[in-house]
Amino acid sequence: MATQDIIARSATTTASPSVRQLDEVAKLIDTTLCIGCKACQVACSEWNDLRDEVGSNVGVYDNPSDLTAESWTVMRFAEHETTDEDLEWLIRKDGCMHCEDPGCLKACPSPGAIIKYANGIVDFNQDHCIGCGYCITGCPFDVPRISKKDNKAYKCTLCSDRVAVGLEPACVKVCPTGAIVFGTKQDMKDHADWRIADLNRRGFDNAGLYDPQGVGGTHVMYVLHHADKAGLYSGLPQNPTISPMVGVWKGVAKPLAMMAVAATVLTGFFHYVRVGPNRVEDDEETHAPLASVEHYDPAERRDPRAEGERHE
Amino acid sequence: MTNHWSDIKNANLVLVMGGNAAEAHPCGFKWVTEAKAHNQAKLLVVDPRFTRTASLADVYAPIRTGTDIAFLGGLIRYLLETDQIQHEYVRNYTDMPFIVKENFSFADGLFNGYDADSRSYPDKSDWDYELDENGHAKIDMTLKHPRCVYQLLKKHYSRYTPEMVSGICGTPLKRMMQIWDHIAETAVPGKTMTILYALGWTQHSVGSQMIRAGAMLQLLLGNIGMPGGGVNALRGHSNIQGLTDLGLLSNLLPGYLTLPRDNEQDYDAYIAKRAPQALRPGQMSYWQHYGRFHVSLMKAWYGDAVTEENNWGYDWLPKLDEPMYDVLKYFDMMYEGKVNGYFCQGFNPIAAFPNKAKVGAGLARLKYLVIMDPLVTETSEFWKHVDEYNDVDTASIQTTVFRLPTTCFAEEDGSLVNSSRWLQWHWKGGEPPGEARTDVAIMGGLFHRLRALYKSEGGAFPDPIMNLDWSYLRPDEPAPEEIAKEYNGKALVDLKDPKTGELLLRAGQQLAGFSQLRDDGSTSSGCWLFCGSWTEAGNQMARRDNSDPYDMGQTLGWAWSWPANRRILYNRASADPSGKPWNDKDKRLVWWDGSKWTGTDVPDFAVTSAPEDKMNPFIMNPEGVARFFARGNMAEGPFPEHYEPFETPISRNPLHPDSPGVTSNPAARVFRNDMQVFGTADEFPYAATTYRLTEHFHFWTKHSRINAIMQPQQFVELGAVMAGELGIKAGDRVRVSSNRGYIEAVAVVTKRLRPLMVDGKIVHHVGIPLHWGFVGVAKNGYLTNTLTPFVGDGNTHTPEYKSFLVNVERV
Repeated sequence: MATQDIIARSATTTASPSVRQLDEVAKLIDTTLCIGCKACQVACSEWNDLRDEVGSNVGVYDNPSDLTAESWTVMRFAEHETTDEDLEWLIRKDGCMHCEDPGCLKACPSPGAIIKYANGIVDFNQDHCIGCGYCITGCPFDVPRISKKDNKAYKCTLCSDRVAVGLEPACVKVCPTGAIVFGTKQDMKDHADWRIADLNRRGFDNAGLYDPQGVGGTHVMYVLHHADKAGLYSGLPQNPTISPMVGVWKGVAKPLAMMAVAATVLTGFFHYVRVGPNRVEDDEETHAPLASVEHYDPAERRDPRAEGERHE
Repeated sequence: MTNHWSDIKNANLVLVMGGNAAEAHPCGFKWVTEAKAHNQAKLLVVDPRFTRTASLADVYAPIRTGTDIAFLGGLIRYLLETDQIQHEYVRNYTDMPFIVKENFSFADGLFNGYDADSRSYPDKSDWDYELDENGHAKIDMTLKHPRCVYQLLKKHYSRYTPEMVSGICGTPLKRMMQIWDHIAETAVPGKTMTILYALGWTQHSVGSQMIRAGAMLQLLLGNIGMPGGGVNALRGHSNIQGLTDLGLLSNLLPGYLTLPRDNEQDYDAYIAKRAPQALRPGQMSYWQHYGRFHVSLMKAWYGDAVTEENNWGYDWLPKLDEPMYDVLKYFDMMYEGKVNGYFCQGFNPIAAFPNKAKVGAGLARLKYLVIMDPLVTETSEFWKHVDEYNDVDTASIQTTVFRLPTTCFAEEDGSLVNSSRWLQWHWKGGEPPGEARTDVAIMGGLFHRLRALYKSEGGAFPDPIMNLDWSYLRPDEPAPEEIAKEYNGKALVDLKDPKTGELLLRAGQQLAGFSQLRDDGSTSSGCWLFCGSWTEAGNQMARRDNSDPYDMGQTLGWAWSWPANRRILYNRASADPSGKPWNDKDKRLVWWDGSKWTGTDVPDFAVTSAPEDKMNPFIMNPEGVARFFARGNMAEGPFPEHYEPFETPISRNPLHPDSPGVTSNPAARVFRNDMQVFGTADEFPYAATTYRLTEHFHFWTKHSRINAIMQPQQFVELGAVMAGELGIKAGDRVRVSSNRGYIEAVAVVTKRLRPLMVDGKIVHHVGIPLHWGFVGVAKNGYLTNTLTPFVGDGNTHTPEYKSFLVNVERV
């Protein structure tokens, strides 16, 4: 695994490796060209080998109805009445925005569990994830989800594995209408300008690019018909910022917490010196799962390839 | 499609009506976004629902289901009244100047010659042109003659005023006029609109006439034969175009040749009727070569066994005692207990055909049912009790079901014909699982066993089976390449040019194109339209050169398009009468270069016929021009007339409020049993329509986990106003019932379905996606066709899935 492209790691104070020169990339999602076909959802499942549960219809087109640890992107459908006679069906592909200033990475307490590449992609390294869920608190877009199977956090990787070898993300490859495009961030901004000019011509005076500066800009951007009303798109935040709680944790609370940890270690040390080590009666208990982790039996996991074979 | 997918990018305006291209054809729909992006095209959508396609529309207009003829008829009137038509095109390339017989008439919703007992027009002889002493149609180029088509058309649609149309369709007047004005802009020569439609036009009791009305609109605007124009049927299966091309309908033979009726015992008369002489001087009348296509077909099937002496095996062809043994007819017969056995090959009728209860009862009366399919289908399990979804008494069903697993397309070589009429060769991607065999192997095996039985036991009429030429390398499983070459056809003797005597092909060589076909038994071709697809130059369908030298999207080196690798039909009409393109800048298709026709596409014309010869572009019609007036070719009349769906929410036809006999299509096909099970608006007040979703493909993808995740459970769409009146919230479970049964599903409550003001009353629509059933990994659901009525279009007998009545209650 090449690490020379990593420019930031969670909960780490040591210097990052010297970084190769990489162009910043971006995925541009043009909501004005999106037909909500969900090909991106399917491609995401296929490339990342994810198979969510067959769910239920809850009264809307959105399915699965929310992001999960196995659905890293979902289409969100919103109906917007513009006049008595006119309606817009605003369809937005939701998922990780790959913030320039990622709140998840800031909030993450586990060293190296969240990393940011020089090309702008923010990636989770589940090896290091402790399942605390702070990344969710830190995310202004409510994107990461904790898996009930392994208690790790998951989200869109912007297909970092594909991008690393010069391919576009899977969702981009399959989008039939060219609503999702991928390239350098500058190229994507230029492309957006061309799209916005077309929208202006068609009467969308407030069409614009969504690249929110509250998080330093994003590496997933939207073209919106109503850039002045991002909230119309199933609650897309108009001016997202990282929760102040993350600042508290990283600022004031962190030294205090570190002191508490140190005190615990010291207490343990003195306990050991004075009382001797704690003994566990039954060896097997050491293998018992943590109470906070839901029991997970790998044998229960349904292998989608086996599913496929049965129906071939 | 008259045009093709990538040609959509050449359009200045895109009208999606009777279809939902973004939903059902997301990949093809990209060409609409191309037209919008690079051509600044506008997208108009007219649909009962605000669809996924509508979400990208510049203008959307709602319309009540089943009323498109009124909308289009009103538009035709508007274009004629405001004189926004492509004059030169209409005058020269259509039948507008043609004079119609004196006795043709239309009154009170009926054309002349109607017979109420048979629900048909047995005598259509007056629906025709007046002929002169040479047998040529009379014309009046001034268009002033009171009986010329132009005047008759104007008169026919004079009743379709904007107010009347808005009242029938429920389309708000202002919005309707906005759409009409956009469309009228393409009457300018060289500016084009494309029409994309699908089963939203086809599946009505007046479906064929809806499509005709669309074609008439395009003719008025001069948009047929033009790049970015045309009337474009977006086909619902990857190879359904191939199915019709190869004549897999009960009244057709390959290449749109037709089976004889039982009153056509004379071979020469059969051919003569189908090979019309030109109705105007100097016209091509290409069907006059019908005999060549027919004889070559019979040679392909029967080889040396057919000769001029036995009329090329004419007696071996079935002669129909009914116009058609289509699926509705057959299931009616099955229901009546008149059918013993049934083969279902890649077909799921209990899910796909209307009135599930009737289809299921029919299947239960069979002795045996054979299922040839790669997947388990609802039809193969029709006997199985599955909760409330298939509530049958298994023990009482005695039908023996044989299930023969077949390969799917990815497990075999072959060709598919897409909506663009492209024959694209594909290669096997993997081995079939288990005992699956190709359809060809199964049919081949069946054929050999039948022939052996005829040989050993004789039979009433063994000749058509015994004489079949089956000289394939592996008789048990002919190879796809062999069959493809047979469709193209070959020379059976050394073929010489009849004029010069030059040797064209040696015996056994593949034909280069259908112009080489002969009616003397010296050529064979299994489908004349496919002649040219596998020539001595090899498999043309396997070509993958997408170069596009004129940047017009024609890509003549990609696969092979029937006919003759021509990409846009009637493309001679893209040039004016003098042979110059109407638009020399970005709509150049074919033109006269001084000595021949040439261009960016293969000319659909006699390439050496100079403009001065006055041959007209519509060479398949004996008159050489396109028809507004359909002559005797349509069941319900030469001009499309609005009739209500058989289950109408307004209970009358506003055009003929006092004539209950013409409320609905007087010439639609209704079986006796089914008249009684139509519902009425007092009991079933809501207008319902069925459709598919982008997440699924028919009933197959319920077997695919990912598709099931994307759309897991059956739902129906209800307008927010209607749901509010009924106290239904999104996510509630509702029961939707028609006079034929009920389904239960989750309610999706949406503002995308609006109440429409129709004929003075409010009409609500209910949208019912069709995908669910009781096999697969998606959640079980009811078959939507439990609800739909068993009534067919008068011409194609396609059922009216798109317009019927339901009631809705919260469960």
